Amino acid sequence: MTTQPTNATPETTMSRRNFLSLGLGALGLMGLLQTGVMTVQFLGPRRVDGEFGGVVQAGLVESFPSGSVTEFPDGRFFLVRLADGGFLAVYRRCTHLGCAVSWQAAENRFACPCHGSNFDQEGDVENPPAPRALDTFAITIVDGNVIVDTAEPRQRDAFDATQVVYPPGA
Amino acid sequence: MSWLSNAFDRLRFRARPPSDDRSRMRAVANNLILHLHPTRVPVPALRFTHTWGLGGISAFLTVILVITGVLLMFRYDASVERAYTSIQTLETVVPFGALIRNLHHWSANLLVITVLLHLVRVFLTGGFFRDRRGNWIFGLFLLLIVLAFNFTGYLLPWDQLAFWAITVGTGLLDYVPVVGVLVANFLLGGREVGQAALRNFYALHVAVLPVVLMLALSYHFWRVRKDGGVALPDQTGPVEKLTTIPHLVGIELGIALVTLTAIMLFAMLIPAPLEAMANPAHPPNPAKAAWYFLGVQELLLHMHPLAALALSTIGLLGLATVPFWDRDDSAIGIGGRSARGRKAAWLGVALSLLLTPLLVIIDEWWLDLPTLLPGLPTLVSNGLIPLSLTLAGLAGVYWLIRRVLRTRHNEALVGLFSFTMSALVVLTLIGIFFRGPNMALVWPW
Repeated sequence: MTTQPTNATPETTMSRRNFLSLGLGALGLMGLLQTGVMTVQFLGPRRVDGEFGGVVQAGLVESFPSGSVTEFPDGRFFLVRLADGGFLAVYRRCTHLGCAVSWQAAENRFACPCHGSNFDQEGDVENPPAPRALDTFAITIVDGNVIVDTAEPRQRDAFDATQVVYPPGA
Repeated sequence: MSWLSNAFDRLRFRARPPSDDRSRMRAVANNLILHLHPTRVPVPALRFTHTWGLGGISAFLTVILVITGVLLMFRYDASVERAYTSIQTLETVVPFGALIRNLHHWSANLLVITVLLHLVRVFLTGGFFRDRRGNWIFGLFLLLIVLAFNFTGYLLPWDQLAFWAITVGTGLLDYVPVVGVLVANFLLGGREVGQAALRNFYALHVAVLPVVLMLALSYHFWRVRKDGGVALPDQTGPVEKLTTIPHLVGIELGIALVTLTAIMLFAMLIPAPLEAMANPAHPPNPAKAAWYFLGVQELLLHMHPLAALALSTIGLLGLATVPFWDRDDSAIGIGGRSARGRKAAWLGVALSLLLTPLLVIIDEWWLDLPTLLPGLPTLVSNGLIPLSLTLAGLAGVYWLIRRVLRTRHNEALVGLFSFTMSALVVLTLIGIFFRGPNMALVWPW
C-alpha cells in the first residue's frame, strides 16, 4: 500500500494570478478612495478669520441698556440685554428655513418674513412654523467688554435661564 | 476656378435629399445624429398624440439652453460684487443680451414642464414595462439633473429672488437627518449663501452638470433605441413601417420649429425677472423658492419639514418603483391602460382638484394639530401625524377608485398617479399665486 503525501496543499490556496489581480484591485480601490478624499478636502468649505465665524467685540456693558436689542449685521446676531441685565447673543438665522429675522421693536419680537415665524425677545418661538428657539452664540464679558464668539451657533429647544450671561458683580 | 465649382458641386450633391427608401435608410444609419433613430419607424409610433413629442421638445430645449448658456458665460462674472451688475449690463447694454438671457431663462423653465409632462406621458402609455424598466428609472435621474440645473442656475443673477430662494432651498437640507447640515455646508462652502456658494453653484451649473447631462442623455437615447423605441401595444400581425426620412425627421423638424418660434416669441415679449441686488440682511416678504419647488414649500406650511421631505422622498421612490407596482404588461402602449383606466385617471384628477384645495384651506384656518395635541413633540403632532394621514388618504383614494369604478389594480394605480400629479400641480399653483405676505392665503387679484 502507498500512503498519501501529507504535505498536500490546502484547498483555500490562491493561484498566483488570482493573488496578483486581487492585489491590483485592492490598490485600485485605495487609489480611488484617496482621490475621493483629496477631492472632498479640496472642495470643502473654508473659514476665513475676521469674517463671520470669528470673535466679535460688541462693546462696553454700559452701552446696552436693559431691555434693548442691538443688531450686529457683520456678526449675524442680535445682542439682547434682558430686563434683568443679562446678555444673550441671538443668531439671526431663522430656525425654520434660514431666512434672516428682523427685530420689530414696536411688537417686541423677532419676525421672519419668509414664512411668518415670530420669536420673543429671548428667541423663543411665539408663532410656528419655526420648530425651535433661535440659536445663540457664546458670550464672555472681560473687563466690562461684551465679547461674542460666532464660531459655532448653539442649538436650543427653548429659552432657559442658564443661557443668559450676567456681567460680573451685577 | 475648377476647384471652386467642384466644391460647390460636392456641396450640392450632399445637400440633395436621397430619392429612394434604401438610400434614405442608409442616410439615417450613416449620420452621427440621425442614427439615434432606427432607419424605419412603426406607423403608430409616428402618431403625434401618442407621444406629444415631449421627449423631442425637451431635447431641443436642451440644445437651445446649451447655445444660449455658452453665450451668457462670455458676459457673466461669478463674483458677489459683479454678478448682479453683469446681468444689468447684459439687460441694458449688450446687444441682444436681454433676449439671450430671456431665451435661456424661459427655455429652462419650460424644460421643467416638458420633462414632467414627458414623465406623465411615459407613465400613462406604460413606457416602463419589460426592458424599458431601467430607462424609466434613469429618466427620473435625468429629472433630478434638470432640477439641479435649474436650482444652481437660479442663484447666478444674485438678486433678492435668487439669494432667498437658494437660502430657503438649502435650509431645507438642514432637516435631513445626520448628513443634511454637512451636505448643505459643503454645497454652500460655508454656513450661509455667499461668495463661496456662488462660485460653487457656477462651477456646478456650467461644468459638472453639463458633462453629467451629456453622458446621461446619450445613455437615455441609446436605451430608447435598444428597448425598441416608443412603447406600442402588442401586435398580432405585421406592423406597417415607414422610413425615418422623411416621415419622422419631418415631424421632428416641424415640432422643433414650432417650439423655437414659441420660445422666441415668449422671450421677446416677457422679460426674465430681475429684482434688486441680493441683500443678506433683508429677506423679501414673502420669500418663495423657485416656482417648481413651491409645491414642496406649500407642504412645509402644513407639516414639519422632515415630514414634507419624507413625503417627497416617498413620492419619488414610489415613481421609481412603478415597474414593480404594476406588472401587468399586457396594457403596454395603451393610454391609461384601458378605457376604464382613463376614466380612473380623470376621477383621480377631479378628486385632487376638489380635495387638495379643501385640505389646504382646512389646515390653514381651522386645523392646528400642535395646539390640539399639546403633550406631543411637534415632530409627532406636526410631522408624523400629518404624514401618516396623507399616506392614509392616498391609500383611501386608491381604494375609492377601485370600488367606485370597479377597476383592476393597474387601472386604480393610474388614478392614484393622476391624483398625486394633480395634487402637485394644485399645491404649486397655490404656492405661486395664492400665497402673499407672511405666506398667508390671499386672492391673487
